[in-house]
Amino acid sequence: MTDILTIDKASKRRARQLTLDAVSLTLAAGERVALLGHNGAGKSTLMKLILGLTSLDGGQIRIAGAKPGSDSARRATAFLPEAVSFHKSLTGRDQLALFARLAGVGTAPVAGLLGRVGLAEAADRRIGTYSKGMRQRLGLAQVLLGKPAVALLDEPTSGLDPISRQELYTIIDELAAQGTAVLVASHALTEVEARTDRIAILRNGRLVANDTLARLSHKAGLPTKLRIRARHGEADRIAADTGGRRINGASVELSCAADAKMDHLRRFAAMTDIVEDIEMTPPRLEDLYRHYAQEEGA
Amino acid sequence: MIGRILAVARTELLIVRRNRWLFLATLIMLLFALALTFAGSAPTGTLGVDRLTVAVASMTTLSVYLAPLLALMMSFDSIAGEVDRGSLALLLSYPAGRGEILGGKYLAHLAALAFAMTVGFGTAGLVAAATGGASLESALALGRLIGTSILLGAVFLAIGYMLSSLAGSPAAAAGLSAAVWLVVVVLYDLGLLGAVVVDAGGYFTQNVFPWVLTANPADAFRLWNVAASPDVALATGMAGVAGSLPVWAAPASLAFWLVAGFALARAALRRLEP
Ligand SMILES: Nc1ncnc2c1ncn2[C@@H]1O[C@H](COP(=O)(O)OP(=O)(O)OP(=O)(O)O)[C@@H](O)[C@H]1O
Ligand SMILES: [Mg+2]
Repeated sequence: MTDILTIDKASKRRARQLTLDAVSLTLAAGERVALLGHNGAGKSTLMKLILGLTSLDGGQIRIAGAKPGSDSARRATAFLPEAVSFHKSLTGRDQLALFARLAGVGTAPVAGLLGRVGLAEAADRRIGTYSKGMRQRLGLAQVLLGKPAVALLDEPTSGLDPISRQELYTIIDELAAQGTAVLVASHALTEVEARTDRIAILRNGRLVANDTLARLSHKAGLPTKLRIRARHGEADRIAADTGGRRINGASVELSCAADAKMDHLRRFAAMTDIVEDIEMTPPRLEDLYRHYAQEEGA
Repeated sequence: MIGRILAVARTELLIVRRNRWLFLATLIMLLFALALTFAGSAPTGTLGVDRLTVAVASMTTLSVYLAPLLALMMSFDSIAGEVDRGSLALLLSYPAGRGEILGGKYLAHLAALAFAMTVGFGTAGLVAAATGGASLESALALGRLIGTSILLGAVFLAIGYMLSSLAGSPAAAAGLSAAVWLVVVVLYDLGLLGAVVVDAGGYFTQNVFPWVLTANPADAFRLWNVAASPDVALATGMAGVAGSLPVWAAPASLAFWLVAGFALARAALRRLEP
């Protein structure tokens, strides 16, 4: 795989505080990476560094081999800022036409893209009359101009309704399929869990995790939860036998390490006389996020 | 590069048309110019010049205040507003340089200002000429007034962009612009007037004052119009100062501010982190 975006020990200092501390991250063509982290962790700052909107205080960043902010780097990147808004006197079509001209792709794709993000009807209405989600879609439409090599999306689903969120991730998938590396900063864990290839987590400006969900779970050693529904009146006995915790009259909950999971399952599966059902919950991104984003020290 | 400047300019022109700015600015220019043309018709006989000359003199005084005001009103929001909306970061993520974005806005705003000035002063001038006579010289004076008003507006557009880049928010940019207008256009002259009165015709008044006056672009505008036309000088009562300076002084001052203003705006925008 070819790395299209490489971030090597990028640091950014702001008012004597390190906003980003030697962050290294690479994205290959067609990869979808979620960038997570608490408010103020430095996600937006990292994107601004990649765009060359603010200068690095250490390390280096290359976009398809070019420096951030250089002409060829800007040609290769698309950006959706967090909470973007546009001049209210312009129509959606005017605004997108401006971006198309700046991108040098001409205004031919404008109408199609407006339709693609569901703004065909509203294309000739002033942006002042748009809802927040409609403005967000307009922002998304300009990301799709001219096949970018890298797309940086800063909280793209904020303000979108559930259906639009789904559509957004479909669009992200299409971008990735055409070879665009997509970096998505988000707080919507359940969404990115299902729709990205890799998870990067920033905590206080440091990259504390950068791997696939499965491998992160494994590394974190987070327990899998087993919930055993006992046959009539046997819950107490199961709880006593396994060291689990009774959670209601008929169920016992048990946490076990990933590698001990199969042993437990075999054991319970054999107890057909007292176990009625077993439910298994692997660690979710929520648990992982809590583990990585809140872990102290490190 | 030219294509991107034109793309920005085209969008900005759409904005000034859509939000009625162009219409209102033209209307304001037209109404004030017409009002002054007729209000200023009284002394025609006493000075022995045609009505267009007197109208140009009145409109020169008007333009000193109005051209900077309109220009600042047009430009104060143009950078701070984009930062506020988050759209500047997006614009700058495109292959458009900061100079190109500034250039595009400048081009559009200047065109809008030029339109308002030309229509406003032009119409008033035509009306004056039709009702009170005109000469080749007074027609030239009108042309000069329009041209220099646009130049003065251009200077203050650039100053407005600089303030807009420095201010940090649209509200602060509005406040700064109002303050700069008040100081440069109103208080500067009052201060100089005070100094001249105190000096009572001494060295300052003779040798320093004319230069300090020309250094201010608004006064340079006034002096240029006055110096170039003795009749206008007579009608505005500024013949004295205009006579004591070389002819190139006022144009040089405006040209300097035009270049310096844009350079300052460019530098302020370069420093800005969107
Ligand atoms: N222009 C700025 N000047 C000074 N400090 C800033 C500036 N922008 C951001 N910061 C600081 O940098 C840190 C990281 O901010 P950043 O916007 O990157 O966070 P984020 O991860 O995007 O947070 P959120 O999830 O709230 O969007 C914060 O502590 C913030 O206060
Ligand atoms: Mg952010």
